[in-house]
Amino acid sequence: MSKIEDDGWLYTISSERKLIDFNFKEIWRYRDLLMLFVKRDVVTVYKQTILGPLWYLIQPLFTALTFTLIFNKVANIETGTVPPFLFNLAGVSIWNYFNTCLTATSDTFKTNAAIFGKVYFPRIIVPLSIIMSNLMKFGIQLLIFIAFYIYYYLNGAEINITSSVLFFPFIVLLMGLLGLGLGMIISSMVTKYRDLKFLVGFGVQLLMYVSAVMYPLTLMREKLPKISWVVEYNPLAYIIETARYMLLGTGTFSWFGIIYTVIVTLIVLFFGIIIFNRTEKTFIDTV
Amino acid sequence: MSVILKAENISKQYRLGVVGTGTISHDLNRWWASIRSKEDPYLKVGAVNDRSTKADSAYVWALKEINFEVQQGEVLGIIGKNGAGKSTLLKILSRVTIPTTGEIKTKGRIASLLEVGTGFHPELTGRENIYLNGAILGMTKAEIKVKEQEIIEFSGCERYVDTPVKRYSSGMRVRLAFAVAAFLEPDILVIDEVLAVGDAEFQKKAIGKMQDISKGDGRTVLFVSHNMAAVKSLCTRAIVLEHGTSVFEGGTDDAVSFYLNLGNTKGGETLRYFKEEDFEKQSFFIESVGLKGEHRNYNDPLTREDDLIINLTLINHSLKALVVVFRFKDDDGNVIFVTNSKDAQLNLEKEGKQLLAMQLPKFFFNEGKFNVDVMVTNGKKQLFFEPDCVQFTMLQEAKELGQWMGKTKGPLKPVFKWIFNNEG
Repeated sequence: MSKIEDDGWLYTISSERKLIDFNFKEIWRYRDLLMLFVKRDVVTVYKQTILGPLWYLIQPLFTALTFTLIFNKVANIETGTVPPFLFNLAGVSIWNYFNTCLTATSDTFKTNAAIFGKVYFPRIIVPLSIIMSNLMKFGIQLLIFIAFYIYYYLNGAEINITSSVLFFPFIVLLMGLLGLGLGMIISSMVTKYRDLKFLVGFGVQLLMYVSAVMYPLTLMREKLPKISWVVEYNPLAYIIETARYMLLGTGTFSWFGIIYTVIVTLIVLFFGIIIFNRTEKTFIDTV
Repeated sequence: MSVILKAENISKQYRLGVVGTGTISHDLNRWWASIRSKEDPYLKVGAVNDRSTKADSAYVWALKEINFEVQQGEVLGIIGKNGAGKSTLLKILSRVTIPTTGEIKTKGRIASLLEVGTGFHPELTGRENIYLNGAILGMTKAEIKVKEQEIIEFSGCERYVDTPVKRYSSGMRVRLAFAVAAFLEPDILVIDEVLAVGDAEFQKKAIGKMQDISKGDGRTVLFVSHNMAAVKSLCTRAIVLEHGTSVFEGGTDDAVSFYLNLGNTKGGETLRYFKEEDFEKQSFFIESVGLKGEHRNYNDPLTREDDLIINLTLINHSLKALVVVFRFKDDDGNVIFVTNSKDAQLNLEKEGKQLLAMQLPKFFFNEGKFNVDVMVTNGKKQLFFEPDCVQFTMLQEAKELGQWMGKTKGPLKPVFKWIFNNEG
């Protein structure tokens, strides 16, 4: 077939797979679907519940409270001048964002198999909608954090918000993308090897303990210098540590940590997209 | 007319058995082969997709080298029995999965309706679901907004449109879902048997809407169905699939009759042989029964112009009076008539091998498919019964061009004697 005639075709369905098949134009065409998915996820989760969206707040509040009692009151972890509850609430909220992004994304193919098996739309819409709807939930949680922030501030706690807080959205974006990338990698592999589903469940739990959620990064270096590298090489730890630095003025800020995290995130996201693209075309045959 | 969609050598391979065990080793093997740029070790060309036979390979071709073209504005029917590969083809067309080899090129956007109500969320209201479902099917919010009122009216669910869908009856849900789908406006619409939903009234409405879509708006439609009446009324051309290959492509009527005759080559035979063991504890046996046109061979096509003859070879050891009964049935299994040897005054008391022949006149059966049950009785009791023993298909007699080519109703179309009776 001649070249000119070939150009008349809108698109081709074939077994050929490009390494990166990321069609921005098509994703843009389906932007309304993305928004509707976000709306669906946010609106329907707590329908027919009494407390409704309040559940978004109850979860982090009680987790932070528990952490404060166990780690700060019982185990005596020092959080400096910052009230431990506020310290934990910041960590838990940000961690939760990552956690929900990862677990929901990693289930993309399985939970949406019914839709994916019947209709085509760019599959990446689903993980993107998960990241966005969870961002909204995170936003609500951030509001309650701000409320407690003001409360503690008025009661004379020494917390210093720094000008670096302007970069806070960047940190959140980094967290979301890392969750997206990892989630996409896992979701693709789960379609073939179901074992991973169980791994993710408790893997994420373990991950939390090495992500500096309930302790400052410096404390790890002091107390467990031999295995602190686990935390030091964990980009999540830097994100949480940096977020706390921005919001509460506690902990450390390292350019190395940020650049390292950005690089890791980009690599994970890159591989996530490649693997996800490869999987979306045939997963329906294996799922 | 221009080609809007072109399928070239579409094949799809599936793995049989349990997916999940041993896939890692197969995956590694494949990966190793691809690194050395060798052929995929599991892609053996051969295995035909036939459900009833046991496969010798763990992989099967659900589709094999399918080629077709669809013209702009054409309504193409895809028919085939269960497991013929229709759904696989649809899945590839709607980009749910990719072919193993070959490619489909399209000049228009394809929207597929493999199911109505994909992605309906029970907690959302009817209106919200219209937007969600519409967007999943590829419409933008603005497009849906324009048609929202029409969709609601067409569905007939106006009163409940702001009620969560989980409170709907299943019929209402289907109506709403179909209404959304009916207002899709893609360049190419792929439809899979969605007409088999709803009550009779709604089905009528749905088929009407389908006809509007295909005929009125000149949309290109690919339609898959078991409902031959729907295929006949909607499609301009059809493809028949069998065991993953395309066995017929042509006009709808020809395709439908080809499809209906597919079964003929398998279960139905025009000549049947029996073994003596089949007649255990009997003092007779039938060696063979066959139906053919006079002066023709078995399995030759029969037309209405042929005199028919049923040959039966009977071996009788008993000296008892036997009666051979033939029961003629149409394709749906309705008995048309029964005839026996006793009424024809045929004495079957003689011992030994008897070659019997029964003649049927030409211009007696209408065109169509027929089955013959064969029975042997002793006048009181049934001794032997073989349902659908012989099958045959009558074709239309040759007609001059310009004549009406359709099929008249009824299983028989006899020619009787007509005279001018002017004197009386």
